[in-house]
Amino acid sequence: MAEEAVISKFPNPFPRPKTNRGWISWVMTVDHKRIGTMYGITAFVFFLVGGIEALIMRLQLARADSDLVSPEVFNQLFTMHGTTMIFLVVMPIGAAFFNWMIPLMIGARDVAFPRLNAFSYWLFLSGGLFINLSFAFNAAPNAGWFGYANLTEVPYSLGDNTTFWLIGLQLLGVASLAAAFNFIITIINLRAPGMSFMKMPVFIWMSLIVQILLVLAFPVITVALIELQFDRLYGTNFFNPVAGGEPVFWQHMFWLFGHPEVYILILPAMGIVSEVLPTFSRKPLYGYPFVVMAGASIAFMGFFVWSHHMFTVGLGPAANAAFALSTMAIAIPTGVKIFNWIGTVWGGQVRLQTPMLFSLAFVALFIVGGLSGIAHASPPTDAQQQDTYFIVAHFHYVLFGGSMFGLFAGVYYWWPKFTGKRLGETLGKWHFWLMFIGMNITFFPMHWVGLDGMPRRIFTYPADSGWETINSWSTIGAFIIALSILLFIVNYFRTWRREPTYEADPWDGRTLEWSIPSPVPVYNFKEIPTVEYLDDWWAQKYPESVNAEPRERSPGQPAPAGAEDMLPLNGQDVSSYGASSYGDDEDHGIHLPDKSYYPLIAAVGFAFFGGSLMSAWWLTLIAGFIMMFGIMGWIFEPVNDPPPEEENPGGHPEGYSAEAGH
Amino acid sequence: MWTFLGSECMFFGSLIATFLVYRNQSTTGPFPDEIIDVPITTVSTFVLLMSSLAMVLALNAVQRNQANLGRFWILMTALLGTIFLGFQAFEFNEFFNEGLTPRVNLFGTTFFVLTGFHGAHVTVGVIWLLVMAGVITPKGLSAWTLLGAVLGAYAILVGILGLLDVIRNLSDVGAVIFIAAGAVVMVAAGLKHFSIPTKLNVASQAGNLEVTALYWHFVDIVWIVIFTVVYLVSANDSIETSEAIISGLHGGG
Ligand SMILES: [Cu+2]
Repeated sequence: MAEEAVISKFPNPFPRPKTNRGWISWVMTVDHKRIGTMYGITAFVFFLVGGIEALIMRLQLARADSDLVSPEVFNQLFTMHGTTMIFLVVMPIGAAFFNWMIPLMIGARDVAFPRLNAFSYWLFLSGGLFINLSFAFNAAPNAGWFGYANLTEVPYSLGDNTTFWLIGLQLLGVASLAAAFNFIITIINLRAPGMSFMKMPVFIWMSLIVQILLVLAFPVITVALIELQFDRLYGTNFFNPVAGGEPVFWQHMFWLFGHPEVYILILPAMGIVSEVLPTFSRKPLYGYPFVVMAGASIAFMGFFVWSHHMFTVGLGPAANAAFALSTMAIAIPTGVKIFNWIGTVWGGQVRLQTPMLFSLAFVALFIVGGLSGIAHASPPTDAQQQDTYFIVAHFHYVLFGGSMFGLFAGVYYWWPKFTGKRLGETLGKWHFWLMFIGMNITFFPMHWVGLDGMPRRIFTYPADSGWETINSWSTIGAFIIALSILLFIVNYFRTWRREPTYEADPWDGRTLEWSIPSPVPVYNFKEIPTVEYLDDWWAQKYPESVNAEPRERSPGQPAPAGAEDMLPLNGQDVSSYGASSYGDDEDHGIHLPDKSYYPLIAAVGFAFFGGSLMSAWWLTLIAGFIMMFGIMGWIFEPVNDPPPEEENPGGHPEGYSAEAGH
Repeated sequence: MWTFLGSECMFFGSLIATFLVYRNQSTTGPFPDEIIDVPITTVSTFVLLMSSLAMVLALNAVQRNQANLGRFWILMTALLGTIFLGFQAFEFNEFFNEGLTPRVNLFGTTFFVLTGFHGAHVTVGVIWLLVMAGVITPKGLSAWTLLGAVLGAYAILVGILGLLDVIRNLSDVGAVIFIAAGAVVMVAAGLKHFSIPTKLNVASQAGNLEVTALYWHFVDIVWIVIFTVVYLVSANDSIETSEAIISGLHGGG
């Protein structure tokens, strides 16, 4: 008989608790649904923080020559507003949907590496708190969200402001990278049997593309930030012109990351809309392969357009012309997508419920933002528009009118799946219309004031500039948006108090997540489904739509019960699911990944380590020790505890409900 | 793992790009032609390449369920990696003595950050290999003998680094004592270790070791690129080439 390897005998000072209730079960959870919920709630809190920053700026700009906030505070406000909304709101809300929906839409029980998933969340939270901690030291980042060197170098940016920014971004970058590896491997390896790549839902496709972009783009910004960090903390010369360093090199590195980043922000919303529009039009997505390939080519071309952010730097006519052409070429696949979305709705049985309203608004507003984007793809035009409010108008149409509307569509669309009840429809419509109107009042006038020459990032403007009326309108619009978000919060609490309706398939959906109960049971799928068609759930419900005989499952019924005769995940390798025991009736025989403390310890240690680089060396040493302890404990902790029969004769307690947090 | 390596490619790609962009951009010395010693680095490159060979042999042995042989080659890989790091420490130390620091000019900045991050990756790899060696060791006496052998090997290394004056406050006598004591411990523990018969089933760890090996080979390949770019291509960059390029930049607008 073979001897045991030491690995399973390593002392474990933090054995896993068995509880499934209370805060401790959330702190150590590795369940993709709970992690997704935590991502969503955290990102929404940051959304409120970033929104308040925006409102203060709008109040300051409502009147000419205003002195509500000082120029220094204004710098901190716009820097933190941009950084927060991009890295702490849109990206993590995307991550919330990836976490929740990827396993549900591909028919899996969890992501490929559940503990790595928890690590990503805790590192994201630590990084977000770390950046915002700078307010407590009165040293919030103040050099703009793209932190141009050498304005961010020591002689020009004293104090810890920029150091907070760059270390915080490093932490968030590592968190995103870890999540990206996880999701790529999940999508490639854990798809339900029969789900070939061209039968994946479009949202899964867009998720996959986003993760690939993350994996390729984030290392570039990581290196740029490392170089800046070494310059600031250790006196190296990367961006020091006196020693021959080139500030423009920072711009190249930043935008080589920065332009793919805008697709990281928009593609999840495009994926959501590509699910919502077919469902609420009761038609399949028009030209599925074209939408998929357009998404992939947008992502690919996104790596070859970065210098359109640098037309006014003076790279020469040849470079400007090349990047202008590649930028305009991206409009082609984007246009393909828009035509496909319109083609999907065309002639469909359209139901104008809240998710559909947000999706249609996404398409409309994204067209506006896309058109103004094409405008400054032309270098001469851009020379006029660079660093004006025209640019601010453009990217708010794309990121707020685009990304945020798409993400809200996803919130309303999948809320019944998360909690077992729909968000209130009346308040939802009020939310939508106020947000839609407020958004256009805020940002549309910015086109005019921008073309009139108002620069972005100025803390005030003179009364005789003639910009006051338009700026007052923008401020009014911003408060209408704030009111709409308030209504969303009211809607959330009112819905929370209502009894769940437990509708499994409230919208007559098309994809696999609607085939399982709402709220989702902890194990997701009792039986891993077998996929035959694109939009397989629709094909099961309406076999005539694919000219097929009805399958065993009767229309409209959730997947058949059948834990008794369940085979181990259709004969697949079960170890990757963390499934180690079958035949335990308490959990329908499905053993889920065990909880763990170590991702939390490793993530906090990592964040502490990053932050400590700003202070004493012995803090770094302590932090390094905590981090190594977390990682080592993680490695030597067995992936799964022994089956519960040995240690815990009672089996798993009940109450493992997915809606416990709402 | 492949996605992780893709990401690492972009990471090192960016660092190497930085080095190339800033090649011949230093405004003050020392310049590469005064500093870089290609023969010594060729030796350390050879050591690192040999470690990849040892890695292949280790994986092969583990796949065929030969625990002792596999453990030997894993430790050999880690040792060769450590020797490479010793060379790097020696080189950094020499450069410091000759006045090249990360702060003094752009060559120093880009050189130390690029090779330093590579060295950090090798260090992670060595730790990972030692963990893997521990994983395929049965508990009890053999784990302690393994630990003894590894510590002995590292004592020898410390001694050698002391003799080479990389570790400065270690006298030559002390260094020799380190080497002698380390050799005795290593040989004794090693002999004892490999004489303990085990029937440990290690083939189950082959998948994990394969991931380790992928990482190790990747770090190796990156070094070959760095060696080419930094040592072979740039070794003759001098004050003249820098001045020519800088004045060309400014003259040509
Ligand atoms: Cu761009």
